[in-house]
Amino acid sequence: MTAEPLFALWVYLAATPLAGLTLTLALYALAWWCYVRTGMHPLANPVLLAVMLIIMVLTLTRTSYQTYFDGAQFVHFLLGPAVVGLAVPLAREWRSVRRLAWPIAVSLLVGSMVALVSAVGIGWLLGATPVTLASLAPKSVTAPIAMGIADKLGGLPALAAVFAVSTGILGAALGKYVLDACRISDWRARGFALGLAAHGIGTARAFQVNADAGAFAGLAFALHAMLAAILFPLGFWLLRAG
Amino acid sequence: MSPFLAGITWLLLFQCAGEALARLTGMPVPGPVLGMISLFFALLVRPSFALSLATAADGLARHLSLLFVPAGVGVMLHLHRVADEWMPIAVALLVSTVLALAATAWTFQYLARRIDPADAERTS
Repeated sequence: MTAEPLFALWVYLAATPLAGLTLTLALYALAWWCYVRTGMHPLANPVLLAVMLIIMVLTLTRTSYQTYFDGAQFVHFLLGPAVVGLAVPLAREWRSVRRLAWPIAVSLLVGSMVALVSAVGIGWLLGATPVTLASLAPKSVTAPIAMGIADKLGGLPALAAVFAVSTGILGAALGKYVLDACRISDWRARGFALGLAAHGIGTARAFQVNADAGAFAGLAFALHAMLAAILFPLGFWLLRAG
Repeated sequence: MSPFLAGITWLLLFQCAGEALARLTGMPVPGPVLGMISLFFALLVRPSFALSLATAADGLARHLSLLFVPAGVGVMLHLHRVADEWMPIAVALLVSTVLALAATAWTFQYLARRIDPADAERTS
């Protein structure tokens, strides 16, 4: 048999959404298997592993991201209902959330400020350009909001998305070590910190570890998104007016 | 209707409501985040509503990390843009993420212990 029919088959398959969708699920399954095999080791983060494997395949087969996303969009689309669904574990924890309204509000503001000031401050000290600094500022907020904020601050939305996703993966991978070193034994505090500092990817990790942590991570993720979406444009408006 | 289908239908309905709210008010918040907040209030008013949502919502939450993969692939393709400044960026992202985690968790735990000392120690 010559390679021609096989090549034609490959061209056909690669051009349909089927390839991108199958690739996403199959390589995620492989990444998940590694994650479980290592006892859910935080450094074997399944998002990071799956993304690296998929980029490798796309590069080797010279497939464009657009072609890949034609199939992967079906997975991507489910992010919407998944975020809406985070209300369910949150409502389950409502009694606890209401009693802890004060710690939630204060740690939300403290964490948000620390994330913003330390990222911009360190970048500035090490000589990053203003465009990079503006794209770094919202890096702890979920990517769609971070992109909008960076745009308003004079940064690049695509760069802001890179920083947001990298932060999410970093937070999910390092969270356990940082929180252990700080002797944080309260699962709610651990989850809240993961959701605040590492948005959705940190929330995903929190759900894998503990149900309480997951609910509080979802809460921090949503509150931080709301806070950033309201406070950043307001701060920018004040800076302009001042 | 199966619990999963009923649940996913409700989640999509609330997402639509969230998207509509974001458009109508011009709020710069993603529709799903507003949908989540609307659903949260609906659940406070009628807690029994959670029963028809639990299967779909918990299923999606369990596989939340899968849903970030397509966006993650797209983002990583832009990594070359930061090649010139990779050092300040890498240090800023790493240190700032560690500091944000520590500051948030420490503040939360410190204040929560003052409110309910016994409850904050549970490690279940």
